[in-house]
Amino acid sequence: MRLVPGSVLGSTFGIVVAALLMGAAHSAPASDTPNPAADAKAFQKFFTDKFPKVKFEDFVNGPYSMDEGLYQQWKEKEEFPPYEFALDMGKELFAKPFKNGKTFADCFPNKGIGIRQNYPTFDEKQGKVVTLELAVNQCLESNGEKPYSYTKDEMAAVTAYMAFTSRGKPFDIKIPNDPRALAAYENGKRYFYTRRGQLNFSCASCHVQSPGEHIRAEVLAPALGILNAMPIYRSEWGGMGTTSRRFTSCNSQVRGVPLKPQDDEYRDLEYYLSYVSNGLPISGPGARP
Amino acid sequence: MTIARSHTDGPMARRTAAGIFAALALLGSLGLSTAARAQSAASEGEKIAFDRSKGNCLTCHEIKGGTLAGSIGPALTDIKSKYPDRNELIAIVTDETKRNPQTVMPPFGRNHILTDKEISAVVDFLQTL
Ligand code: HEC
Ligand code: HEC
Repeated sequence: MRLVPGSVLGSTFGIVVAALLMGAAHSAPASDTPNPAADAKAFQKFFTDKFPKVKFEDFVNGPYSMDEGLYQQWKEKEEFPPYEFALDMGKELFAKPFKNGKTFADCFPNKGIGIRQNYPTFDEKQGKVVTLELAVNQCLESNGEKPYSYTKDEMAAVTAYMAFTSRGKPFDIKIPNDPRALAAYENGKRYFYTRRGQLNFSCASCHVQSPGEHIRAEVLAPALGILNAMPIYRSEWGGMGTTSRRFTSCNSQVRGVPLKPQDDEYRDLEYYLSYVSNGLPISGPGARP
Repeated sequence: MTIARSHTDGPMARRTAAGIFAALALLGSLGLSTAARAQSAASEGEKIAFDRSKGNCLTCHEIKGGTLAGSIGPALTDIKSKYPDRNELIAIVTDETKRNPQTVMPPFGRNHILTDKEISAVVDFLQTL
């Protein structure tokens, strides 16, 4: 369903989007008390109402959940997954000792296995949101190693492997009782709904208002479950890309200036988007058209 | 488009009504060149509408003559009968958020994505749909 001229807020769609938008606008000057749990519930209901035929767990399949024909193609693709190579490389990098003899396993809870669903996490010591990508580079740097580039290659490989060991585990993002954590969540939410760039799009313009619609030949993914498959292989990229890569390319698409990967705003954005997808299973690494 | 047709239907006619009487007075030759000019503006408008670095309207709208169209906005058909007033189309393309604050359609005029002249040509094209 799309907004019909002349009935701007007349459709339920308009009302719900308006409610989501107003929520963001209101929480900015801290008039309403922020309520992430209620946000997540409303957010999930918006998508399950809009797409009653899509199974809840299928929202993690992005554009494939929106289109029967694409879904078939995806099933076939999964027989020989194009991310296989990255997965092998990630497994190897994950196990390979650093110069000091330690490995990634020494930096993470449960030795880094089956923990992807807990990231991003709010780190009270650092006072900020720590994404899995940031945690990987902090691990490298604290062990005297060079950090990876955030957008692809080794970073995509290691996070692909870590996601793979967490497949099926539901996102379990926590907002601790710390005003800074709540502020980060609210900041991410504001970023998501704010229009920007010459073309005046917010993330929500495409992924809340228009999921399932074609934008040229591409089918827009719904914002619900949009990070569960990260990192992804994209035929269009001819390779793997991380969450950082996807965020910056979505920003450039709207003739906006992307932020630096892992900028505060991007980490807060990832925190918000992951939190509202709590309960949906990790499905990464993913493959996309 | 001939003078006779645009005289009986469509907004172009109204806009240029005064001119048409003058054109009729001067007989066919001048009238035809007016029509020819309108047509070249419309085809210029089509180019701008389809150009990915300009209007890129096909990203969201199905439009006759275009390929790989998106579906975010409604198919642009019967525009002339739906919006007989040319100014309404100018307004939509210039800044649709005025009519619908929630719209995802970019404000082509307000954000200087297209110049007034380009928008005018795009609207000439829209009126052929
Ligand atoms: C102009 C439209 C547009 C805007 C605005 C936009 N995106 Fe996207 N986004 C796309 C397209 C097209 C794709 C590729 C097809 C797909 O997967 O949805 C995509 C894909 C994604 C994906 C991967 C989904 C998947 O399953 O493969 C994520 C994550 C994402 N976008 C996040 C964002 C965020 C965050 C913002 C705002 C900073 C944003 N997008 C803004 C068009 C947009
Ligand atoms: C990102 C999506 C997008 C782009 C790009 C876009 N539009 Fe739209 N357009 C829409 C949507 C959505 C509507 C429905 C009305 C609304 O949202 O207010 C619309 C409505 C319209 C309408 C009214 C149609 C009707 O039947 O009432 C016209 C005319 C129009 N657009 C022309 C254009 C032109 C010309 C361009 C390019 C210069 C363009 N649009 C680019 C999304 C878009």
